[in-house]
Amino acid sequence: MSLVNIKINGMPVQVEAGTSVLAAAREVGIEIPTLCYLKDTNEIGACRICVVEVKGQKNLPAACVTPVYEGMEILTHSKRVFEARRMNLELILSTHKKECLSCMRSGNCELQKMCKDFRIYDENYYAGENIQWPVDDSAVHMLRDNNKCVLCRRCVAVCEKVQGISCIGANERGFETHIGCAFEQTLGESSCVSCGQCITVCPTAAITERDQSKEVWRALHDPNKVVIAQTAPSIRVTLGEAFGMPLGTNVEGKMVAALRRLGFDKVFDTDFAADLTIMEEATEFVHRVKEGGPLPLITSCSPGWVKYCETFYPEFIPNISSCKSPQQMFGAITKTYYAEKMGIDPKDIFVVGIMPCTAKKFEVGRDDMCAAGEGIHDVDVALTTRELARMIDRANLYFPHLPDEEFDAPLGLSTGAATIFGTTGGVMEAALRTAAEWVTGEELKEVDFTDVRGLEGVKKATYKLGDLELKVAVASGLKNAKAVLEAVKAGEEIHFIEIMGCPGGCINGGGQPIQPATVRNFVDLVEKRAAALYRDDAKDVIRKSHENPDIKKLYEEYLGEPGSHKAHEILHTTYVARPNNY
Amino acid sequence: MKRISKLPFKGTAEQEQLLKAWLAENGKKPGASMAALQKAQEIYGYLPIEVQRMVAEGVDRPLEEIYGISTFYAQFSLSPKGKYKIAVCLGTACYVKGSGKILAKLEEKLGIKNGDCTEDGEFSLEASRCIGACGLAPVFTINEDVYGRVKEDGSELDGILAKYK
Repeated sequence: MSLVNIKINGMPVQVEAGTSVLAAAREVGIEIPTLCYLKDTNEIGACRICVVEVKGQKNLPAACVTPVYEGMEILTHSKRVFEARRMNLELILSTHKKECLSCMRSGNCELQKMCKDFRIYDENYYAGENIQWPVDDSAVHMLRDNNKCVLCRRCVAVCEKVQGISCIGANERGFETHIGCAFEQTLGESSCVSCGQCITVCPTAAITERDQSKEVWRALHDPNKVVIAQTAPSIRVTLGEAFGMPLGTNVEGKMVAALRRLGFDKVFDTDFAADLTIMEEATEFVHRVKEGGPLPLITSCSPGWVKYCETFYPEFIPNISSCKSPQQMFGAITKTYYAEKMGIDPKDIFVVGIMPCTAKKFEVGRDDMCAAGEGIHDVDVALTTRELARMIDRANLYFPHLPDEEFDAPLGLSTGAATIFGTTGGVMEAALRTAAEWVTGEELKEVDFTDVRGLEGVKKATYKLGDLELKVAVASGLKNAKAVLEAVKAGEEIHFIEIMGCPGGCINGGGQPIQPATVRNFVDLVEKRAAALYRDDAKDVIRKSHENPDIKKLYEEYLGEPGSHKAHEILHTTYVARPNNY
Repeated sequence: MKRISKLPFKGTAEQEQLLKAWLAENGKKPGASMAALQKAQEIYGYLPIEVQRMVAEGVDRPLEEIYGISTFYAQFSLSPKGKYKIAVCLGTACYVKGSGKILAKLEEKLGIKNGDCTEDGEFSLEASRCIGACGLAPVFTINEDVYGRVKEDGSELDGILAKYK
């Protein structure tokens, strides 16, 4: 490590050679504004907002991609810099569809905030000819409106570098440059797996989830519908962010209170179905080990991962667990067991999943997801965390001041094992807690499987369960999933794999509250959110899925044994190979 | 924006073999995408999705990236060239003399847009930069044949096209 001497705004500073001007300025407490920059993912100097003046250089270099050198003298806030930045922002605005009052990202838009910070006084300063891009609404989970795109390419970078898919990129050049798919396919036609990671990094509303809150309001206002909410494990530690609460705040009680005040007839917990998933999946795993495969068994909770596998690795379809995801299991049980128990026609039940995920919107419409009969979907609508937050705002609830309330019975009780489904490694750990007891027949004293916890993209561990030497792997983010699948193809022996489509698992899902780059560049969202889930698990009295008393009752009263014929009809599904159009 | 041809792909086994042989030898070299697209266009005359898929696989890059390159550079075409290539000069002199109208008339008569090829593969149409025959403005060419001082009302076009049918 060698140090170089530079001057920033006249102040002498020593920084490591090779540091970017952006990082060097930050070390002395100067924040240079950025728009396209996303740390480690998108460092390309495209937006020209972070330009600085360097003594001896004619042009203004972009701070994010310019390394420091010995004797460098940098001005970050000179008149020339101010004027250049403002002009660059005004030029970006000249092609931006400015409809801030009705825009979904209003109040949470990085471009809007920058205009405020820069004191832009005429947003139409460079108004001129514009291309009217058609809005791509072909995908079930998202919309792309290139009229609001600032061409920062963060979405392109995430799709390629994090997810390893690259179904989007920059097409054409100059004024006609736009983000799109190969041969101008629509997103619906493309091999997009619906993960939504691009949405969470978009600084504007060029990419947004398909907002389905209207459909939910319609059901809530319909007196003939029994409207039931189920909340995914991870959203209780993220929803608060949408209301300005600190990262990693657990707002489970307030979330339940909010849903009740929105008018949901019952507020249940997807965590219940997560416990149910473990019962079925652990049974399936033990069965596959005894019957000789196919192994490895790969988890099926993440619909983005499932679609990825169907599209890019159809040869692994027999390895995916036949278990429906917790969201779908929950809907299936609600419209069969619960409907029968309460004497409600399943056609009158409207199940809303509140999910950290945009792929869940795709999942609800999959084939073989109608346990209560043809045409009766297990889940009617999947909303993202963001859509729920907007509904709460729409109802004028002051979220931070709501009381803490409890879930309804009987589909609201869950264990610590279900809670950690929301983070990478959680499903594996939950499954191990149950499988270990089933295989050995002894009580598991130490329930923390710490080897599968943590933020690494791929984690591997070996556990001894009785005579069985069990090799497991955990991957999150599809680029990491690819690495594990390739290892299996190359002959590595793994028995059980957990894969989550999004890096870090559901807590970093494509449907979670959007944190601007100014936060993402400095804070590890995954770490903060995951810690909140593990704290919740540690507090739980019951931490093994098979000890959930309401799950036991469900099997006694209705399903029989885990893996029974009835359980298979209701809780399991099938997969299809999909064309790879990318 | 570049026009993507809707004409069915008519690549031959021989062309495919040529491209794949080139890709096998050069595809894994750093920065091979541009050269691969140039080679593919040399072999096929244009770069439809079928060809770009082969290129993407051969250089081990995503199809979208390959497509992005093919739409960035003016030299790449997404539409095949016809047996008879019509190029209408839109240089300043020709344009002032009405070549824009001639291009529109040709589009109408051939039933295709600038940059496209007719379904039978006979005629392709494109606008060109100045070809240096300003004295003959307005000018268009069909392969090597030059047609100058064409009437901007398009009354001579049927007669000219008939020579090639």
